[in-house]
Amino acid sequence: MDTPLLEMKNITKEFPGVKALNNVSFRVARHEIHCLVGENGAGKSTLMKVLSGVYPHGDYTGEIFVNGELQTLRSIRDSEKVGIAIIYQELALVPEMTVYENIFLGHEIKKGFQVDWNETIKRAGEMLKIVKLDVNPALKVRDLSVGKQQLVEIAKALSREVKLLILDEPTAALNEDDSENLLNLLRGLKEHGVTCILISHKLKEVIRVADTVTVLRDGRTVCTLEAKTGEVSQNVLIKHMVGREIDNIYPQAEHQPSDEIVLEVRNWNAYHPALGRNILKDVSFKVKKGEIVGLAGLMGSGRTELALSIFGNPAGYQLNGELFIKGHPTQLKHPREALRAGLAYLSEDRKNYGLILIQDVKQNITLSNLQAISRRGIVNNNAEVKVANEYKVSLNIKTPSVEQRVSNLSGGNQQKVCLGKWLFVNPDVLILDEPTRGIDVGAKFEIYAIMTRLARQGMSIIMISSELPEILGMSDRVYVVSSGRVTGELPIQEATQEKIMHLATY
Amino acid sequence: MSSVTSSQKTTGLSFLATARNVLQQNIREYGMYIALFVIMAIFTVTTKGIFLSSRNISNLLNQTGYIAVLAVGMTLVIIIRHIDLSVGFLAGFLGAIAAIALVSWHLPVYLAIPLVLALGILGGLITAFPVAQLGIPSFVASLGGWLIYRGALLLVTAGTGTIIIPDEVFNAIGNGFIPDFPGLEILPGVHKLTLVLGLVAIVLFIFMEINNRRKKQAYNFEVLPLNMFLLKLIFVSVLVGYVTWVLAGYSGLSWTTVIVLIVVGVYHFVMSATVLGRHIYAVGGNPDAAELSGISVKRLTYIVFGSMGMLSALSGILFASRLRSATTTAGTLFELDAIAAAYVGGVSAAGGVGKVVGSLIGALVMLSLTSGMNLMGIDISLQYIVRGAVLAAAVIFDVTTRQRAH
Repeated sequence: MDTPLLEMKNITKEFPGVKALNNVSFRVARHEIHCLVGENGAGKSTLMKVLSGVYPHGDYTGEIFVNGELQTLRSIRDSEKVGIAIIYQELALVPEMTVYENIFLGHEIKKGFQVDWNETIKRAGEMLKIVKLDVNPALKVRDLSVGKQQLVEIAKALSREVKLLILDEPTAALNEDDSENLLNLLRGLKEHGVTCILISHKLKEVIRVADTVTVLRDGRTVCTLEAKTGEVSQNVLIKHMVGREIDNIYPQAEHQPSDEIVLEVRNWNAYHPALGRNILKDVSFKVKKGEIVGLAGLMGSGRTELALSIFGNPAGYQLNGELFIKGHPTQLKHPREALRAGLAYLSEDRKNYGLILIQDVKQNITLSNLQAISRRGIVNNNAEVKVANEYKVSLNIKTPSVEQRVSNLSGGNQQKVCLGKWLFVNPDVLILDEPTRGIDVGAKFEIYAIMTRLARQGMSIIMISSELPEILGMSDRVYVVSSGRVTGELPIQEATQEKIMHLATY
Repeated sequence: MSSVTSSQKTTGLSFLATARNVLQQNIREYGMYIALFVIMAIFTVTTKGIFLSSRNISNLLNQTGYIAVLAVGMTLVIIIRHIDLSVGFLAGFLGAIAAIALVSWHLPVYLAIPLVLALGILGGLITAFPVAQLGIPSFVASLGGWLIYRGALLLVTAGTGTIIIPDEVFNAIGNGFIPDFPGLEILPGVHKLTLVLGLVAIVLFIFMEINNRRKKQAYNFEVLPLNMFLLKLIFVSVLVGYVTWVLAGYSGLSWTTVIVLIVVGVYHFVMSATVLGRHIYAVGGNPDAAELSGISVKRLTYIVFGSMGMLSALSGILFASRLRSATTTAGTLFELDAIAAAYVGGVSAAGGVGKVVGSLIGALVMLSLTSGMNLMGIDISLQYIVRGAVLAAAVIFDVTTRQRAH
């Protein structure tokens, strides 16, 4: 067997408190499509960032060989030099520039000191032909659909004589036709001498195009499977992806949901004007009083969009469908109205959408309900301190004082401040979007305990989570979301990681 | 830094070491007061005391007035991450409208002033519309206003040129002084009511500070060490007392000063004590999080720009009244003076940080520079360069001390 194009040996990469990659080895043969699969947080993206020089040599331990030669890649420029190009989910094109300018951005074709635009346009045309994109190269990238922009990205990579093309979730934002095109193109690229690494959550795609599949889990390589030996199937992949013991950190559910329905959504559709497509399709679900409902699904499946569209629709989607709160048909035009109707939404991105980082703990906790501690519009500072201290104690927020800036707190304690803010509103339905993302196990356990306590007190909780053990450990009922649709509803007794994964990759 | 450690650390240190400690920890807050103090001291020396004369201080405060009210409004605008360039010519234009209302329409003062203030609010709301509704950058939207109001000013003064305002009541706003107690014979040549007001201010200040300290101690929050607290009380009292004495020795408090103090007082109260103020700071600190917390960013944008428009109108009235006329160039570059005053006063361009009182101090710093350098007979070209350098230094100081705080 000849030397593989790429060999990564014993790669270990640590972040403060976490081993993101633990002794990972990864081999890619020449001219194949190699798929990399695993749950969110399994280490796929980290591995690719190590490979492309985003995490420079020295930041990790282990060795990388390209064509049998040991590499010490320190930047994306270095990895480009050895023929590696990576295409991220968020495209790295300049929307206001033309297609040809984008393709040669950073390695312009020059004649003396000037850019040779005629040659640039000619070569751009050739590249577009390879990726089978029939557009005028003088168009602005902004005016192309996402699917076409992706092809421009690939053309850009090809123009740099790429040997190894890495695509991170390339079809996540594409419709079915565009996805189909892209996958066919990747197979065609083999003949141009290009090897692909494809990261994807959509297992059906993986099974269709992969020559080889490597499964990562919790920062380790689980196995590498060959397609030609017939060992790649959806069941096998899912088993390897989730095959781990559930840690017993979930409080036993001592709460009893009542039969009263507090929130119901029927035939809910949302159109995203900027993307120009429907991001939610015909969604229906309901939540009972005192119930913890798990909303499972992969990142980008539309769970956050669903929550936001209910919570006053701050992103301005065009909505269509029915929303019932305690049986009454309701329309919510602003988060303020949603709060008044008894909803609260804890964002998955607490730094950008949850907290005012430059303000202190007490100001963050009282922000959504200042009226409760004010008279005639004047805030009672003593009452504010009292309220904040109550949450500091009941949520065990570790801070020297409630006058501490929240930017100085740890992730777990910041999350508790966010939680405190929404508890002070005392909602009927609390939507928690990835409530334990990026926080340590101890704080996770505390947040689970708080959720159980709230449910026992009659609060309904919708928990959005990418972590299957968490969904299974905490929920009374599970809905699975995939590509903007609810693909399944499972009572907790019937839910398993495998079943959820099947529905989530549907 | 926790409350416990810092107070423990400072006990048992010498007085000077404590002072240095407090200064280092609060350098951001006290920086501009120190700057103002240093600038005034320098000019007092270089002008052989003329700078601190009753007459000059009184003039200085009156000149600061029309910039100070703009700076107060601009503080709010910058806190919510916007800018308003239109305020200078809006002030000039509305000053001219005030003059026309008095001279051509023969409106009485008590109608003309509310009318102009209302027009100011309207002007601010018009600037806010494209910003709040369509997401147009406020820099561009207000630059449009800058051109439009400049044209409007030229248009309404085109036939007449400068409009002389004969109304004495109106002109008193920019030139007059508050009346004194009639018939009191003690302290001849000194303005007694001004002294009384100054005394009341000092007593109020001391009372509120002590009250505040008590409340904070009850919650075990960080407070200044006692000797530093006393020093602060004495320092501020002496300062207020001295300025009051100086003013009382001339003609007393001017109406302009009274208006500025009221505006600063009201805005300081709104920003520090009310739900509205807290929402404004929240929107500036993180508009997305504020929106998701149930605050309407749109509504607040209208309120802040509306208030800016009203204060522009007030600035225009103060300026026209001071000149006893409306001129074709009134308001030129006021907006940049106001923005500079706000930045010198510690407002952060990143949003969410800034105090109304700080901007007042910033305005005083900038006007003191002008006034002092004028007294010294320094050429106007050099004056601009010095003021530019001070602005740059203030912002650099602000950014570097902020980084250290993290």
